[in-house]
Amino acid sequence: MSINLTKGQAISLQKSDGGTLSAVRMGLGWQAAPRRGLFGSRTREIDLDASAVLFAGKQPVDVVFFRHLVSDDGSVRHTGDNLVGGAGQGGDDEAVLVDLQRVPVHIDQIVFTVNSFTGQTFQEVQNAFCRLVDETNGQELARYTLDGGGQYTAQIMAKVHRTGGGWTMTAIGASANGRTFQDLMPAILPHL
Amino acid sequence: MTAELVRGQNHPLPDTRLEIRVSSGAPVAVAATLFDAAGAVAGAGRVVHPGAPSLPGVEVSRQAAAEHRLAVDLGAVAADVHRVAVLLALPADPGGPGRFGALAAPFVAVAVPGGAAVATYTLTGLDTESAVVALELYRRQGAWKVRAVGQGYAGGLAALFRDQGVPGAAGLAAAVQDAVAPAPAPTAPSAPAPTAPPPPVGAPAPSGGPVDYTHPRRRTATPPPPPPSAPPAPPGTPATPVAGDAAGWSMEERLYNQVWGMFEDLARTTAAYRSAVDFAESRMERELEGVLSDPRSRIGTAGDAARAEARARCRELTDRAREALDRDLAQLTAESDVVEPALPPAFARWDHPVWHAYRAPTEAPMALRLGDLHLRERPELRIPMLVRLPLERGLWVDSGRRGSEQALLMDEARLRRLALDTAVAHTARLLAVHPPGDFTVHVIDPAGSGAAAFAPLTASGVLAGPPAAGPGGVATVLAQLTRRVDLVQMAVRGGAGTEVLPPDLDTAGQLLVVHDFPHGFDDRAVTQLRYLADEGPAVGVHLMMVADREDAAAYGPVLDPLWRSLLRVTPVPDDHLADPWVGHAWTYEPPRIPQDSQVLQQVLASVAEARRTWRR
Repeated sequence: MSINLTKGQAISLQKSDGGTLSAVRMGLGWQAAPRRGLFGSRTREIDLDASAVLFAGKQPVDVVFFRHLVSDDGSVRHTGDNLVGGAGQGGDDEAVLVDLQRVPVHIDQIVFTVNSFTGQTFQEVQNAFCRLVDETNGQELARYTLDGGGQYTAQIMAKVHRTGGGWTMTAIGASANGRTFQDLMPAILPHL
Repeated sequence: MTAELVRGQNHPLPDTRLEIRVSSGAPVAVAATLFDAAGAVAGAGRVVHPGAPSLPGVEVSRQAAAEHRLAVDLGAVAADVHRVAVLLALPADPGGPGRFGALAAPFVAVAVPGGAAVATYTLTGLDTESAVVALELYRRQGAWKVRAVGQGYAGGLAALFRDQGVPGAAGLAAAVQDAVAPAPAPTAPSAPAPTAPPPPVGAPAPSGGPVDYTHPRRRTATPPPPPPSAPPAPPGTPATPVAGDAAGWSMEERLYNQVWGMFEDLARTTAAYRSAVDFAESRMERELEGVLSDPRSRIGTAGDAARAEARARCRELTDRAREALDRDLAQLTAESDVVEPALPPAFARWDHPVWHAYRAPTEAPMALRLGDLHLRERPELRIPMLVRLPLERGLWVDSGRRGSEQALLMDEARLRRLALDTAVAHTARLLAVHPPGDFTVHVIDPAGSGAAAFAPLTASGVLAGPPAAGPGGVATVLAQLTRRVDLVQMAVRGGAGTEVLPPDLDTAGQLLVVHDFPHGFDDRAVTQLRYLADEGPAVGVHLMMVADREDAAAYGPVLDPLWRSLLRVTPVPDDHLADPWVGHAWTYEPPRIPQDSQVLQQVLASVAEARRTWRR
């Protein structure tokens, strides 16, 4: 059963049978909004980039993004940069795989962000979503649909963080501005 | 949909015409026993084996091989046959592995001829057994099914046949062993059975044909048998590692990829540990500073308590990081314990039994072990350092004392000798892993000062000629190799084949071992050496320098590009190599030949012998 998250909502990644998830995938999909008017059929390519920032006690320790596809410890992997987005058919355009069992013990939060590398604002993006999938069986655990466009170029989507012995995902859904995750750091810190 | 069977599991077969693919880490003989409805074997004539390789419907290869494809037509077997047991046996070769436990887990697949596998089975958990019943095909209510058996016999084929109730078990086992004893080296594809389909498109072209369209590194266009994978582990415990549990077209490639996978995993799990410890320590320091700057903590015991708490928090995190590291290292150690014994000679340490059973190969390996790598967190967990062949860059065995800490502690003469011995070990390995005639070694030893160390090479007669001495000798060897690089380059650029090359030109791969550089080298020779280092690797001419960079200091910075272009290895352990993922400094350990071992001399003698027979 997939849960549609709203801003600020959290779900525990504890399985109903008491086991914990071992691997999850944060998938991101988007579609360029068609333009209206003359040559309206021409869609402009939009390059959204998913990144994952690993925090230990509010300090960024490692980042996984299109220039560094695997965290040094190997627990977080980016499947690669997609420069144009999908047809918005619901599949993931970019995905970040997290092997929760192998996340180093000092990492307590992993924040997922999306940046518009080509500079278009989210007004020109439609059908954007991020979803969390149980990588072991392909089941979608939670989906968070981005609100309709606004005049911003980045979204802090969600975070997974340690709670007790397991992990919890919280939808953040905060808008921000920036080309890569570096620009977002000040905006991320309040959400830790 | 391919079913991965576990021991005892059965699976229906879609057709009576089948292909059984066997792949194992070493040559095995394959045989099949035909049982009647009562479970009895009518006689030794009901066993298909390399000495009697064909019965209606079943045909096996006449020789032992690492890869087999058996054609089986269950519709053609005698009507009273109700069960066909497929057996694997290791040849009773005193130099062979002798037991399945020393090899990667054998893998069998039952497939539709030329098509996808229906069911696969990895024979895990074998140890001292030298013969094993891999599969059974049996009739059940008019249809045929396959069952994974995996029953091994430490007593070998004789015990296996006796258990099956085959009359004259011991004699039959001896007949099988006799049939595979001469062990013709190439693993020729077995002759197709009368009922077998034509060989799949893209199978290796018959040798001797005018043009070989096969890709040198891609041996076959048919899909490879899936790698052996670890049997599913009970939840909560890591899977038992299996050698060859990685992607690849052959067992060699799978083992190569598995070793690199272990290398990456060790790099990353150590990175996680180091990062956690660094964080714990920096957090503790921050907290201790906070205590120091807090005026309230200066009176009373509050400060001491806060300090103790900061230390405890650091210790707690470090302990948990260590626990995670230990868990991962235990898994990697278990994997290393099964992978090391399964490695082929090119990847194996010198103390591995495969080197004692050395036979000249028919194909060059894809990679070569240059030594071992480890990290300080677990020095005993060593990862084979495998480099691809043909070498992309030359080697530099550093005999200088300034290069590494351990070398500084060593007497100069001893270090130089050690460097030479290491170079000889690398050279011997390169010679041994190439088929006879495919690799030629030249040695430059201008003053003859390395004669004692080079003795294993010179005495066995594996070199192209005696080590070149004096400026004249140096100039001759360099001129010869320079000419070869130049001519082959021209031929390659012109798109012409090797037939345009002069007949006296040696087209084998070439290795030039240079000792005592720059003694005996004039400026022209130095320039030629640099040319060989730059241009040689692309056309199969490789360089191995055994040198102390300080000796060539008079040349100043002009030789820096030469040194940089070579892969530096040391005769003593040294942490100068970085991995490509995280950039840890790994301690490289050169290959060690066990003390008092004659393995090097024996291998070189076999190499020399193989070359003599090859030339004839």
